[in-house]
Amino acid sequence: MHGLAFFLFLIIVALTLVITYYASKRTKTTSEFYTADSSLTGWQNGLAIAGDYMSAASFLGIAGMIALTGFDGFFYSIGFLVAYLVVLYIVAEPLRNLGKYTMADMIAARFDDKKVRGVAALNTMAISIFYMIAQLVGAGGLIKLLLGLDYVYSVLIVGVLMTVYVVFGGMTATSWVQIVKAVLLMVGTFIISIIVFAKFDFSIAKMFHEVKTATPLGEAFLNPGNKFKDPLDTISLNLALVLGTAGLPHILIRFFTVKDAPTARKSVVYATWIIGIFYVMTIFLGFGAAAFVGYDKIVAANPAGNMAAPLLAEALGGDFLFAFISAVAFATILAVVAGLVLSAASAFAHDFYSHILRRGQATEKEQMLAARWASVGVSVLSILLALVAQKMNVAFLVSLAFAVAASANLPTIVFTIFWRRFNTTGAITGMLVGLISALVLVFFSPNVWSPQPGAAIFVGEPLFKLANPGIISIPLGFVGAIVGTLVSSKKADEKKYTEIVVKANTGIGRV
Amino acid sequence: MAVKKQSFSDPVGANYEAIAQSASFRALIQAKKRFIIPATVFFFVFYFTLPVLTSYSKALNAPAIGPVSWAWLFAFAQFIMTWALCILYSKRAAQFDAIVEQVKQEAKEGGNA
Repeated sequence: MHGLAFFLFLIIVALTLVITYYASKRTKTTSEFYTADSSLTGWQNGLAIAGDYMSAASFLGIAGMIALTGFDGFFYSIGFLVAYLVVLYIVAEPLRNLGKYTMADMIAARFDDKKVRGVAALNTMAISIFYMIAQLVGAGGLIKLLLGLDYVYSVLIVGVLMTVYVVFGGMTATSWVQIVKAVLLMVGTFIISIIVFAKFDFSIAKMFHEVKTATPLGEAFLNPGNKFKDPLDTISLNLALVLGTAGLPHILIRFFTVKDAPTARKSVVYATWIIGIFYVMTIFLGFGAAAFVGYDKIVAANPAGNMAAPLLAEALGGDFLFAFISAVAFATILAVVAGLVLSAASAFAHDFYSHILRRGQATEKEQMLAARWASVGVSVLSILLALVAQKMNVAFLVSLAFAVAASANLPTIVFTIFWRRFNTTGAITGMLVGLISALVLVFFSPNVWSPQPGAAIFVGEPLFKLANPGIISIPLGFVGAIVGTLVSSKKADEKKYTEIVVKANTGIGRV
Repeated sequence: MAVKKQSFSDPVGANYEAIAQSASFRALIQAKKRFIIPATVFFFVFYFTLPVLTSYSKALNAPAIGPVSWAWLFAFAQFIMTWALCILYSKRAAQFDAIVEQVKQEAKEGGNA
């Protein structure tokens, strides 16, 4: 059974390496490395954003969650999508107009201070690495299930491939791997959805009627409240989902790959259509798995439900569809981790090395070398952490990444563009308060502490009862930025703010 | 895929104070605010109404169309809302772009660039 899957995996690996080979020929300058020379069209970038965003946690995780908990799993689909309105309305165009390679560029455009850049880069690396560990640990477990390869080898294969894409092909290779993945994912999900829908005679009423009795939850399957029982925790999660995307560094760097703000806007609109259609289809994946695979079999393969979609593919289309969906899952992991390596490496090489250590004096060649070595460093670190974390339940790291992005990055981005009085101290305190409060709250949360051995990392009562810190840490991030600004004796540079407003809204003077 | 590197025709070192004071730039900011602020408030309220209602009441569990409950209809409505606001924004942004062009043109002519 695994032979065919293995063969399709090899095809995907070969295809991505060919892309990387061609991309490497066009990756000679830092602009090409970090942003593919801003040469992507709106459509290409829209697909790449979708490919970067729809992680294995979306594809496999949400399908599994809907299959096991019904309506509550769909909350993620809604939140992940509506978040793009925040990106479209508030963040994408000013970011393109003010930034060059990283999110820190945008804040540094207003506050010419190394500390601001340093803290922004720290946040970027923290978010990217949390997200990456979750992806790599998931990848190890998944490839082990799909191909029967050992965890260690699975992580190493994914790790080596992502390093190769980024180091040799930079943003060009990363974007095209994401584009290919987005197309494969949409095709795969569409095929399964159509088969599922056909099995219900293309009747939504029939589908809802039949899943009502298909799971151990019975009638409750279609109602909210199976997974999220605490109202505050539910709202906290939704806050982080809807505000986090606009602060995720690997998504933000995708706006530098297009030539101007109108193209950045178009790419968000295309991405929103693609991602929205995908998340609608998660219902078919989830309901299909609940009806045709069954609760017991899904949980037996993986207690979190991550195997629901591949098992559904097998139940509907046998070995070939199983192999195809497995290969799509593999491509999904590769595309997402490549984007994460690139965002963490850009923050390190562009912000720390070129701007802080070398004070902007590094030559183009030195910067390129730094970018490549930073990519290797980020990859090695993430692989090592993923190997250590093998036995831990790290799925919460994805929500932690969203929480940090929403609490630490978003307040600073918003105030940089919209608040005249905002100053350097405010930017730094806002970012640090958001980062630290999210980390501390998660450390004391039920994700890390459980009285039940094996359920979390440590055994004991959690001091903070909510699984999601957002409802506390997001307001804290905003308050930190405001208080920092008000207590600081530094005056905001009014002239600089005027310049930023003009640049952000018109693109005049953009480099 | 080969949209070539964009030309750097935008003025560098423009007189930002003067541009910010100009009527066309103010019109741009006004037009953006008038659209973006109410739309953002609307989608936040619309979005959070769903988890708040599902958390604190069972009202949405009632069947709406056959076996499909109000909760699911509201969930689908979030998708429709997102797409609709995307389309609406794209349309408005075309007007913003036109004003941006005017601002740029004036900056060039007025010697502010």
